[in-house]
Amino acid sequence: MNREPILQVDNLTKLYAAGKGCEAVSFDLYPGEVLGIVGESGSGKSTLLNCLSVRLAPDEGDIHYLTRADEWVNLYGLSESRQRHLQRTEWGIVHQHPRDGLRMGVSAGANIGERLMATGERHYGNLRQTAQSWMNDVELDIARIDDKPTTYSGGMQQRLQIARNLVTHPRLVFMDEPTGGLDVSVQARLLDLLRQLVTEMNLAVVIVTHDLAVARLLAQRLIVMRHGRVVETGLTDQVLDDPQHAYTQLLVSSVLTS
Amino acid sequence: MNPQTIREGYNFAYLDEQTKRMIRRALLKAVAIPGYQVPFGGREMPMPYGWGTGGMQVTAAVIGENDCLKVIDQGADDTTNAVSIRAFFRDLTGVRTTEKTEEATLIQTRHRIPEKPLQAGQVLVYQVPIPEPLRFIEPSEVETRKMHALEDYGVMHIKLYEDIAQFGHIATAYAYPVLVNGRYVMDPSPIPKFDNPKMDNSPALQLFGAGREKRIYAIPPYTDVKSLDFEDHPFEVQRWEQCCAICGSDESFLDEVIMDDQGAHEFICSDTDYCRERMANLEVTA
Repeated sequence: MNREPILQVDNLTKLYAAGKGCEAVSFDLYPGEVLGIVGESGSGKSTLLNCLSVRLAPDEGDIHYLTRADEWVNLYGLSESRQRHLQRTEWGIVHQHPRDGLRMGVSAGANIGERLMATGERHYGNLRQTAQSWMNDVELDIARIDDKPTTYSGGMQQRLQIARNLVTHPRLVFMDEPTGGLDVSVQARLLDLLRQLVTEMNLAVVIVTHDLAVARLLAQRLIVMRHGRVVETGLTDQVLDDPQHAYTQLLVSSVLTS
Repeated sequence: MNPQTIREGYNFAYLDEQTKRMIRRALLKAVAIPGYQVPFGGREMPMPYGWGTGGMQVTAAVIGENDCLKVIDQGADDTTNAVSIRAFFRDLTGVRTTEKTEEATLIQTRHRIPEKPLQAGQVLVYQVPIPEPLRFIEPSEVETRKMHALEDYGVMHIKLYEDIAQFGHIATAYAYPVLVNGRYVMDPSPIPKFDNPKMDNSPALQLFGAGREKRIYAIPPYTDVKSLDFEDHPFEVQRWEQCCAICGSDESFLDEVIMDDQGAHEFICSDTDYCRERMANLEVTA
C-alpha cells in the first residue's frame, strides 16, 4: 500500500510538571485508521488529545496534518482562523461530556446544522433534511428534532454530539472517552454505531479511553501511556494479547472477567 | 448662537472637552471599521442606564452650536424620554431643536428610524441597550470578540433557524442582525426589522452608543447593510392589514393603541412627525 499518513506527530511534549502531561510522543496516523490511546487517569491521554486538536499549545514538538487539499500544514504554525476553520470543516471533536460539545440552549436540529451554517449553508430546507437524515443515522427519533438536548438522555446526547460532528464529513475525528458515563447496554450500541460510521465514512480517529474493551472493539492500533510517556505501541490485538511492558501487562490483567 | 444661553456652571453639552475628545476618537475608529464595536470610557450621565446614556454621550460629543437637534423615542417626538433629552440639550447647548426630520442635522433616536428618508449631512444617533449580537448564545465577552475577529458567525443563523423551526417563519421582529460592509455582524439596536432596509446605503451617518456596555459602533454613509436570512426564507419586513387611523398611511410602521377599557384599539403611525406632516398636506389639498 502506497498511502500517505494524514497526521504526523513528532516528539510532542506538554508538561505541567515532571511526569505530568505528555512527553516525547511521536506517531503517524493513516486515513481510515482508528488509533486508541489507553492509560490510567493522569497519564496524559487527554493532554495529548487536546494538543493534537489544537486546543492546547505544546511546549515542544510538531504536528503536521495533510489537508483535504493535499497540502501538509504545521498545525501550530497556522493562524488561529485557519485552525478554527480546520476544526469546523475537516475535523470533529467528540467530548466526554456531551454538554461540552453541544449547545444546550438550542434544538437538536440547530445543533446538527450549526457547522453547516458556519461553513455557508443558507438553505433552511436543506439544513432540515440533513439534520433529519443524520438523526436517523444515529438512531434518534426524528420527531424530537425541535427538542432541546437538555430533554435528551445521556446516550441520546452523546449520539447527537456525534451527528453534530460528522455532519460536515470530517476526515479526522478526536474522541475523548465517548462512552464514559453511559451504561453498558447503551455503550455497546454506541460503539456499534461508531464502528459502522467509521467504516462507512473512512474516518481517521484518535480515541482516548481507559476502557480496554472499547479499545479492542474500535481501535486497530494502540498507544499505551503512563506518567506522560508512551510505554508501548502496536496493533491492538497484539498489545492486548501479548503485552510486553510491565505496565501494559498490569493493565490487561486487571480487566475484570466474568 | 449665544453661549450665554447655556445653564451656568456647565460645559457646552454637559461633558468636559477631554471626554468629548475621547468619545470622538472612538467614533472615528468606529466609522473607519463599520460595524465594529469600539470600547470607550462611558461616563455617568444625569439619568439611569437604559434611558439612553450611550446615545446622549455620542450626541454630546458630536453636537455643535450650528446643529439642529431632533429627539425621538419609538418614533414619537412627544414622549417623556424624547422631551427630556431634547430639553437637556437645549438647556446645556442652546442649539435649535425641531420635530421635523428634514430640518434636523442631528437626530437622536430610541428604537426607530424616521419614515422620511434621511439626507446626506444628517447624523442619526441610536441608543443601544445590548450592542453584542452574539450575546444570546455566547455569554463570554472574550469569546464573542474572538468570534468577531475570526468571522465565526455560524451561530447567528441558529437564531433564525430556531425561529423557523418553532414558528414556520423568521419571527425575530426587532434587533434583527445585519452584516455591515460584508464583514461585521451587528445588532442594529432594538429598531423593528421594518427599519432595517433604511440602514442600507443610507446617505446619513449612523452612530450607535451603548452607555451601560460602554461600546460605540457606526455605519458610515453609503455602506452595505444586509439583513441575515435563508435562501428559502428571505428577509421580509412587517406588514399591516390596517392603515393609520389618523393620517391613513398604509406604508408606515404602525403602533397598536388601546382606546378604552372595552378592548377597542386602533393603529397609528409610530413616527409622529411623519403623521403630522401627512395630515397637514391632506388639509392643504382638501
